[in-house]
Amino acid sequence: MGIRFSGNGGARPDPRVEERRAQEAHGLAAKRNDPASPYFQGDSPARADRRRFVLRSMAALGASGGLLRTASAQAPLGSVEHEVPPDASKTQGYPLADESYGARSQFETEVRRRFKTATPQSSWTMTPLESGCGIITPSGLHFERSHGGTAVIDPAKHSLFVHGMVRESKKFSMKDLRRFPSMSRTMFIECSGNGLTEWSKPTMRTVQFTHGLTSTSEWTGVPLATVLKEAGVRPGAKWLLCEGGDAAAMTRSIPLPKALKDCFLAYGQNGEAIRPEQGYPLRLIVPGFEGNTHIKWLRRIEVSDAPFMTREETSKYTDLLPSGKAVQFSFEMEAKSVITSPSGEMALDGPGFYEITGLAWSGRGTVRRVDVSVDGGKTWRRAALQTPLLPICHARFRLPWQWDGKEAILQSRCSDDTGYVQPTLGQLIAVRGLNGPLGSIYHLNAIQSWHVAADGKVTNVHHY
Amino acid sequence: MSITTRGSLGFALAALATAASGAGTQGATYGFGTTPSQAELARFFSPQPDGRGLPPGSGSVLEGKSVYQQQCASCHGENLQGGTGDRLIGGRGSLANADPKKPPVKTVESYWPYATTLFDYVKRSMPLTAPDSLTDDQVYALTAYILEQAKIVPEDAIMNAQALPKVVMPNHDGFVPDRRPDRFPPAARAPHEDMAIAPAAK
Repeated sequence: MGIRFSGNGGARPDPRVEERRAQEAHGLAAKRNDPASPYFQGDSPARADRRRFVLRSMAALGASGGLLRTASAQAPLGSVEHEVPPDASKTQGYPLADESYGARSQFETEVRRRFKTATPQSSWTMTPLESGCGIITPSGLHFERSHGGTAVIDPAKHSLFVHGMVRESKKFSMKDLRRFPSMSRTMFIECSGNGLTEWSKPTMRTVQFTHGLTSTSEWTGVPLATVLKEAGVRPGAKWLLCEGGDAAAMTRSIPLPKALKDCFLAYGQNGEAIRPEQGYPLRLIVPGFEGNTHIKWLRRIEVSDAPFMTREETSKYTDLLPSGKAVQFSFEMEAKSVITSPSGEMALDGPGFYEITGLAWSGRGTVRRVDVSVDGGKTWRRAALQTPLLPICHARFRLPWQWDGKEAILQSRCSDDTGYVQPTLGQLIAVRGLNGPLGSIYHLNAIQSWHVAADGKVTNVHHY
Repeated sequence: MSITTRGSLGFALAALATAASGAGTQGATYGFGTTPSQAELARFFSPQPDGRGLPPGSGSVLEGKSVYQQQCASCHGENLQGGTGDRLIGGRGSLANADPKKPPVKTVESYWPYATTLFDYVKRSMPLTAPDSLTDDQVYALTAYILEQAKIVPEDAIMNAQALPKVVMPNHDGFVPDRRPDRFPPAARAPHEDMAIAPAAK
């Protein structure tokens, strides 16, 4: 199979997909003019720096000169605009506040971007992987997937109920839950729909939109086994129903052995309380399982002898095959990797040295190896992996690359400690088939290809 | 002496902690949390396909039609054809499909394996602007109406805790367990075949 470029699929364009592509393009247009963005295409680096200085100086002038511009209108999300002196070593910086929370640099512009679903309540936003470094996703950039908006819950009034096939029903306040022995785990969560647009043809343009539904945080909480033991699970119990306290009352059935093995109830994320959009004040963590099982705003656990067959585990998060049969309870997120830089819509600034870097992860264990190809999979080189390598966690890989200025196809391929090797899209489709443009929708973990043109432009392509 | 004592105490505390954590995972409990009242648990529901967990109450197709038009039609369409909300009926025979350009039509009628799930989801999550606001009778009625429009139950059907689990959905046998990890056919070039840079194939 040859190279298929994004947008050249040949099929009649789906107006909804076209709209999403347009929305993505809109974000790109702004980034292409932003010298701080990896997508910047406007000027030479030297001119870009000068231009940024000029822009910021004008902004400062605007604030002090009484023009109709407010600081907040200037500052990118999550930052505060400060005057930029010509030389920061020749003047005092802004004072340290007596109390503060902190903000990122006013020069940083990366944001989560929402995939334009029918409503902004049942929707998802995607992490800008292209600008990430290391393995941790900043809490404010952790992808979101919610089915009824972000619930607002007062932790003082929140309770977790545990009932059903238990010796004694229990009600836990957040204070109760924080009294138990705690644990922390740095771990990725990936939505099983990550990449759903990419089954039959390359559709989205940037790594944010092809792979941005995976993020890594340090999560802190209490083992679910500890909490279940307080209620006393009765013999014969096999499944748990876990329910959120949001408008969707999001529910999934979790096998009891998994719950007892390594699930936990998280109240902490990256050193502070978990973010509202991640389930504040309490989220179920199901290590390595698809993101939607990590029930946010967790309010109830019912113990039973059978799965509950909720809407999410029958009509939604099931993988329909060409035979007409659908795979159910496909929980594990299998080994996957992607090159985050260079990636779609970036532009290489002429031949020379580039670091190829990206992320690899596996819901079944620990990433053991990542290989990178610059010739579309003909030859592979082993990438360096950032240590420590943690189970069920993003792994950062890096490989030095001298680009000769010729056309190239960049790919990464990972394997985990179970011996599983990330498949090509061709291998995956050979097994799963393509039931419609979105294939079986979920669990697309194939090798991603980025095409580098002789002019340095990087594009999302299919090549397998 | 004091050092020895402190050391011994530290050791004893460590041993105690080990014993406590051992007890925490195997034997004794911590005693945290309280016992919820029946009233507190009564607000929760979670029916299963065999009918366990379904509340009392009932509703007819005709009653359901009325509730549907007031509460559901604006998102799911006058004829259940979908809109902002999912399409609810049709699509039978579309699931077996190997055409990458033609999407399957997944609806309550064509895809959902259990009728109890319909009751559960409508009750907990619908309507969008006021979830969990319908009475059990209204939800049974809506369930009856949607199933009737899907040509699964007759016009005179009454849905309740006894009748709903007996409804056999068209796609009842449409689901198979997860058998991954997949056994993939060989790739064009076997993974990890080359440890070092090899010349590109001509």
